[in-house]
Amino acid sequence: MSTISREEVAHLARLARLEVTDDELDAFAGQLDVILESMKTLGEVDTEGVQPTSHAVPLVNVFREDRPQPSLPHDDVLAGGPDTAEGRFRVPRILDEEE
Amino acid sequence: MTKLNAYDAAVAAYEPVLGLETHIELDTNTKMFCGCATAFGAEPNTQVCPVCLALPGALPVANKAAVEATIKIGLALNCRIAEWTRFARKNYFYPDMPKNFQTSQYEEPLCEDGFVDVVVDGESYRIEIERVHLEEDTGKTLHVGGATGRIHGATESLVDYNRAGIPLVEIVTRPVPGAGPLAPEVARAYATELRDIVRSLGVSDVRMEQGSMRCDVNVSLNRPGEEWGTRTETKNVNSLRSVERSVRYEVRRQSALLDAGEKILQETRHFHETTGETSPGRSKEEATDYRYFPEPDLAVMEPSRAWVEELRASLPEPPRKRRERLQAAWALGDKEMQSVVNADAVELIESTIAAGAGASGAVKWWLGELSRRANESGAELGALDITPAQVAELQGMVEDGRLNDKLARQVIDGVLAGEGGPAEVAAARGLEVVSDTGALETAVDEAIAANPAVAEKIRGGKHAAAGALIGAVMKATKGQADAGTVRRIILDRLS
Amino acid sequence: MRIIDKTAAELAADIREGRLTSVEVTTAFLDRIDAVDGTVKAFLHVDREGALATAREADAAVAAGEATLPLAGVPIAVKDVVVTKGLPTTASSKMLENWIPPYDATIVERIKAARMPILGKTNLDEFAMGSSTEYSAYGATANPWDTGRIPGGSGGGSAAAVAAKMAPLAIGTDTGGSIRQPGAVTGTFGAKPTYGSNSRYGLIAFSSSLDTPGPVSRNALDAALLHEVISGHDPRDSTSIDAPVPPVAEAARLGAAGDLAGLRLGVVKEFSEGADAAEPGVLEAYRAGVDQLVKLGAQIVEVSCPSFVYALPTYYLIAPSEASSNLARYDGVRYGLRAGDDGERGLEEVMSLTREAGFGPEVKRRIILGTYALSAGYVDAFYGKAQKVRTLIKRDFEAAFEQCDALISPTTPFTAFKFGERTGDPYQMYLADLYTIPSNLYGGPGVSVPVGLSEGMPVGLQVMGPVMGDDITYRVAAALETTQEPLLADTAPEISANLRFTAFSEDGK
Ligand SMILES: [Mg+2]
Ligand SMILES: [Zn+2]
Repeated sequence: MSTISREEVAHLARLARLEVTDDELDAFAGQLDVILESMKTLGEVDTEGVQPTSHAVPLVNVFREDRPQPSLPHDDVLAGGPDTAEGRFRVPRILDEEE
Repeated sequence: MTKLNAYDAAVAAYEPVLGLETHIELDTNTKMFCGCATAFGAEPNTQVCPVCLALPGALPVANKAAVEATIKIGLALNCRIAEWTRFARKNYFYPDMPKNFQTSQYEEPLCEDGFVDVVVDGESYRIEIERVHLEEDTGKTLHVGGATGRIHGATESLVDYNRAGIPLVEIVTRPVPGAGPLAPEVARAYATELRDIVRSLGVSDVRMEQGSMRCDVNVSLNRPGEEWGTRTETKNVNSLRSVERSVRYEVRRQSALLDAGEKILQETRHFHETTGETSPGRSKEEATDYRYFPEPDLAVMEPSRAWVEELRASLPEPPRKRRERLQAAWALGDKEMQSVVNADAVELIESTIAAGAGASGAVKWWLGELSRRANESGAELGALDITPAQVAELQGMVEDGRLNDKLARQVIDGVLAGEGGPAEVAAARGLEVVSDTGALETAVDEAIAANPAVAEKIRGGKHAAAGALIGAVMKATKGQADAGTVRRIILDRLS
Repeated sequence: MRIIDKTAAELAADIREGRLTSVEVTTAFLDRIDAVDGTVKAFLHVDREGALATAREADAAVAAGEATLPLAGVPIAVKDVVVTKGLPTTASSKMLENWIPPYDATIVERIKAARMPILGKTNLDEFAMGSSTEYSAYGATANPWDTGRIPGGSGGGSAAAVAAKMAPLAIGTDTGGSIRQPGAVTGTFGAKPTYGSNSRYGLIAFSSSLDTPGPVSRNALDAALLHEVISGHDPRDSTSIDAPVPPVAEAARLGAAGDLAGLRLGVVKEFSEGADAAEPGVLEAYRAGVDQLVKLGAQIVEVSCPSFVYALPTYYLIAPSEASSNLARYDGVRYGLRAGDDGERGLEEVMSLTREAGFGPEVKRRIILGTYALSAGYVDAFYGKAQKVRTLIKRDFEAAFEQCDALISPTTPFTAFKFGERTGDPYQMYLADLYTIPSNLYGGPGVSVPVGLSEGMPVGLQVMGPVMGDDITYRVAAALETTQEPLLADTAPEISANLRFTAFSEDGK
């Protein structure tokens, strides 16, 4: 776990869809370093053959029956939308790729 | 302009390796992780709730029916069903994915290590299944402002989340080498077999044209003896025919590049139904890092062996076995049976026979006249306005001589036009074979009188000449006479 | 005795037995909010009409002689990270500035079913990430004991509201200490129930495998009564435990009898040693508390939990990882803020600008940290490793509970610090949760109960129990309360004087 570079932080920000300012980049790079330092201590821990824990009480086979429940009223659905049209959520053009 | 090799030249020089990744939408009553209904074609954003809209605070709960359906698919594909399996988050941003991660499965899929056998030109090919896992579908994005609703040139997009969260089963094959020149047909045969298997399970309507079954087709080429080449993944393949065409196209395109000493890019390509061509999409080089991790909002699954065996016992007869059984029962040749399958007529013929028709009659109508009508109207055979029972009734009327084929076709006109069942139509349109021999004898005598020369020939033993007189009699009776009967009377009279 | 000086249990009895109406009680707290919240700034939104409407229903129910629920008519404040239908819910983020939820969290449904008037929504660190409320996009909340100091976090608003007697009860959420640490530094009681025993449905997710909603109050019994209102299985939360709620109210009453004979309390060696030790004043108050517990008959055993020293880094891998994924949904498409959509920019850029504008520095820091911990090549070394160390921490707890019935420790290493003291160095801020994080990683219950003052500022003692053993933590805490100067009851006049003074300095508001 090497210390984290400014470029790496910029890459992570892109992955996380965060437009970050140069000042933020500098600040984060430094602060994340400190945090990652403390995380290095985990490297010392011997976890050979240790099963991971994800929850306090491991629950299994938690299912719903396939019975329809009422959906939200259409107006409530769109009410929160920053921009809607034709009963849909409007977004700027997608440059990405063809779907 | 993309350079293409001739297909035969391409497969003479290179060996294709296939790989198929198929997504199938389950037709459960509710979505994968919420109770929203899943009706196709509802008004936009009317089948959404806090969970499938990813409102802050909402949490998923897995749909048991979807898990069951996936296990059934796995069993039908000869897979091992996991004793311990869980969901994982696949993190990437896309506006039709409300949470900006897809709840899917990663290292612990529900089903693994299966296979499907398909037969092409009498040759059997085993397609190995790597995994079958359960995930959720995305919403639908409508691209506005651009030409033909394509994303390119669009000025904005409109998102409908009705489809978001509908259970999706992903079925991934291992690489399939060794199909050689038949690779396109093998790919299609696999997709067809998969469709039929899933349909027989009754867990999805597997309609490629409606998107409830979607294939991504991987193709790579290598020279004999060399290691496998770089593969491309073709998306948007919306019909069985397109599966075949897309493989054929990629083989021609890639071989031309390789001949020119160029590299194949590992990329996603998009198939275009209209042109039958593929075009590049996102290149895998800058593929996003999905940051998979176990879904902490859902419990792990441990399908009990009792449950799995219960589901195994509930599986219907596999389509392939069923086809073999029916082919034997109907005494059809391989070619005939193949056209029955291609015409999607298996169920139709089966129920027609169940309604009392003989196998040959049932096959004759569905593959002959009715297939022709379907093609004319561009409809699927099953969509025609005639029921197997009506076809059986029609065949019955022909067999007991009340209709001849010509009249039967007119009866079909009536039935398809919604004038009622065969009997009604025949009655209403007065389409009955004339069985009153008295009337026929008169008509025959008139024909003989009108054609003395012909009559002479027949007296002289030239029975073939009878055709002319039969024609005359049919004309006189407006086609409602039974040709066989007429011939018999003529020969009686003239010998 | 003023209405606002009474405990929730007393108020419930007064309402049930007709000595007070819920409208009178609710009005008293709403007036208190008007009087002092200009200074404390615990509330982001006050719902006077809604609260009074519920109060009238509660009074009608009492009048109609309907057998009313234990806390019927007693008003409550709700942390603004819990979704309330028709009431603004912001998680203290610009991202959700104008969002009005179309649904209620399960625990809010239960509060409404109990006919408890909801006074309003309280302040927190943005998306519950922080220990001081300084990371709220709407400004920090002040500690009623010293308005120049932090009230703890993330649930500083709920704790301050109860400490300043603007509410008898409040809802908090605890991912690494966000109920207990604010409780400790404001002299209030806070309980983090067993993970999965209280529904997370409608709790805006920070870290799915750690988040737990729970009660904030003035004492153990009040918290236990609220605990029993909101707790219990919820089919809408796949991680919700389908088991009977531990009898916490009964346990609190039992503890109030002041007898802990035969109970073994474990002191975690690692917490009282070296770098991880609490500041002297805190240790002093805590040890005095331990002595009191011994006087009540408890037996003290020292237990060693060697893996606890890894709890902090483990937490700061798991929580940000899950957060980076949970917060991906804030993209300006379906709800909330959208920034930079000038008709020219593409979606990708607009999403990034939206998230840049909508998230504060701590949230961004943790999203980037989590993205890093989950990214290809690191996920096993970080997130995967942390999940395994989590198992070791769980084993430490299980081994400890072989030797004792509950664990005790200071709730937090230091008392309320001054604004700005730790914002420059995130790691110093993270240390505030040093003693509370292990219970979150393990999943067991933990409560913080006032245990005196250090240099005039409150100190908390934490009681940690086994999974689903919430009752034992309430019993020990309630017993300790019998030995304490009832902090708020006695100091309340001073608090309010202090507040009135600062309040008047703001043109008599
Ligand atoms: Mg998939
Ligand atoms: Zn839904």
